[in-house]
Amino acid sequence: MIIEMICSGFGGQGALTVGKFLSLAAMKEGKDVSWLPSYGPEMRGGTANVAVVISDKQIASPLVNHPDLLIALNKPSVDKFGPMIKSGGLMIANSDMCPDKLNRKDIEEVYAPMSSIATEIGSTKVLNMVSLGVIISKTELVKYETVEKDLREILGKKNPTLLEANLKAIKKGMELGKKA
Amino acid sequence: MAEKVLMKGNEAIAEAALRAGCRLYFAYPITPQSELIEYMSKMMPKVGGTFVQSESEIAAINMVYGASGCGKRVMTSSSSPGISLKQEGISYIAGASLPAVIVNVVRGGPGLGDIQPAQGDYFQATRGGGHGDYRTIVLAPSTVQEFADMAPLAFDLADKYRIAVLILSDGLIGQMMEPVEFQPAKTDEELEELGRQHESWCMYPNEDEPNHHHHIINSLELDPHVLSDLVLNLEKKYNEIEKNEIRFEEYNISPDNEIVCVAYGTAARITKSAIDELKKEGKSIGLIRPITLWPFPTEEIKKAVHNNVKKVLTLELSLGQMIEDVRLALEGKVPVEFIGRVGGLVFSPEEVKAKIEEIL
Repeated sequence: MIIEMICSGFGGQGALTVGKFLSLAAMKEGKDVSWLPSYGPEMRGGTANVAVVISDKQIASPLVNHPDLLIALNKPSVDKFGPMIKSGGLMIANSDMCPDKLNRKDIEEVYAPMSSIATEIGSTKVLNMVSLGVIISKTELVKYETVEKDLREILGKKNPTLLEANLKAIKKGMELGKKA
Repeated sequence: MAEKVLMKGNEAIAEAALRAGCRLYFAYPITPQSELIEYMSKMMPKVGGTFVQSESEIAAINMVYGASGCGKRVMTSSSSPGISLKQEGISYIAGASLPAVIVNVVRGGPGLGDIQPAQGDYFQATRGGGHGDYRTIVLAPSTVQEFADMAPLAFDLADKYRIAVLILSDGLIGQMMEPVEFQPAKTDEELEELGRQHESWCMYPNEDEPNHHHHIINSLELDPHVLSDLVLNLEKKYNEIEKNEIRFEEYNISPDNEIVCVAYGTAARITKSAIDELKKEGKSIGLIRPITLWPFPTEEIKKAVHNNVKKVLTLELSLGQMIEDVRLALEGKVPVEFIGRVGGLVFSPEEVKAKIEEIL
C-alpha cells in the first residue's frame, strides 16, 4: 500500500498541521511516512501545501505530483491540485470556501462546510481537523484512536479546550464522511 | 533502538549532534537550514553547552576553528551561500589538522540563488572548497534517518582523522519530516574519554595541572620544506581515508542490469521510485548511491558496471558535477548519460523513468 496525498490551504488554515497529524498517526501505526512542505517565502494568507506519503514499504521519492488524496481547505487549492488527482482518487474540500464544484467524474469529491463547523464548535482554528475526520471514516489510512492519543499527548496539558475542539471537529468530520 | 519520532531533517541532525557529544555550536541563520540553528539555540543550553548565533558565517567557522583547537566536539551549519563564506576557515581547519563537523543544507545557486533543494555544491564540497591542497570527508544523506545517523558518524570520523567532515544535505531533506530513531546520547564519562583522546595535540591539554603546557595550533609555515612535509602528511591521511571510509548503497544491482544509475541524496530517492516502476514492467535498472562523495566509490562503480551494462545514467540536481567522477571511474568503458535539474527544481520519478526508457 502506498498513498500519496496533498494537503493545501491558505497559510494559517492548518493544511500542514493536518498533514502532520496524519503522518504522525500513520507512523505510530507502523507505516513509513514522509511529510514534505512547500517552503517558499510563505506567509499567513498565502497558499501553503504539504506532500504526504504513507506506505507499508520504505518510501523512495517523497514528491507528490498526482495525489490519491487531496485535502483542499480553500478554492486555490482545488483549482491547483484538483485536476492532478489520480483517477479513482478522493478530494475533500472545504465547501465554505469552494463554491464551485470540481465535477470530475473519475474521482470521489466530498464537500464539507469545514469553516462553519469550526465556528459552531467555537474555534475557527480546528477547521482542518474536520478533513482529518472525513479521511478516517472514508479510508483506512489511520485510526481515530491513534490521532486522539497523539492530540492528547501534544495538547492535553497545554490547551485542554483546544484539544476538545479538535476532537469534536474530527468526530464531526467522521459523521460527514459516513454520510458522503 | 529508541522510539520513532517524526522530525524535520534539520531538527533531527541537531538532536543527533547533541547526542553525539556536540557541546559547542556556532552558526548564522539561513533558509532552508534555519530549523537546525533554532533547535540548537533551544536545546544546547539544556545540555550545558554553548550556542552562539554569530555575527556572520565567517565568524562562526572561526569560532569552530578555535573550539576545535581545544579538542571539543564542535559543529556549524549553513546553506550554500553561507558555506561559501566559510571556505577560508575550512581551509585553515584542514591546514591545522583539526576535527570539525560542517552541515550544508544545499539550496539553488549560484549567488544567493533561491531556497529550494539543489546539488550544485558538489564540486565545492568534494574538491576541498577553499584554497590549498586539502580534502574534507563528504557525507551525503538521502533520508532524515540517514541525516541524523551521520552526526555521530561525522564526529567519529572527524576525531579519528583530525579532519573536517562536511554533511552535504539539501533543502528537501532538511525541510522534510520522516520517522527517525536516535542513537543513545553519550554519557559524561564517554565525553570525558573523547576529550582525553585529544590531549596529545589540543591547545590546553592539562590546564588545571601545575606543570601545564600548551600546543601551538597554526596553519602558517613559511619554510617550504616543512610545509611540504606537512602537506605530504595530509596526503597520507587522505590515502588512508580513501582506503577505509568509502560508503555507498547498491539498489537493484544485478547481472541483468542493462543500465546502472548513479545518484546521491534526494536525486537517488527519486531514482529509486523510477527503478521500482520499471521493475514492474520487467526492466532491470540498478542504482549505485554514493554515501561518501569524498572518498568517492570509484572501484565500486566500476565493479557494478559489468559487461552487460550498456549505459550509465548520472542523475543530479545540477548541471552535472558528480558525472565527472563517474566518468573518471568508468574510464570510457560505457557511455555516461545525464539528467539534471537546476534552479531548485527537482525531477519527478516519471521524468526519470522517461529518461531511462529513452536511453534503454
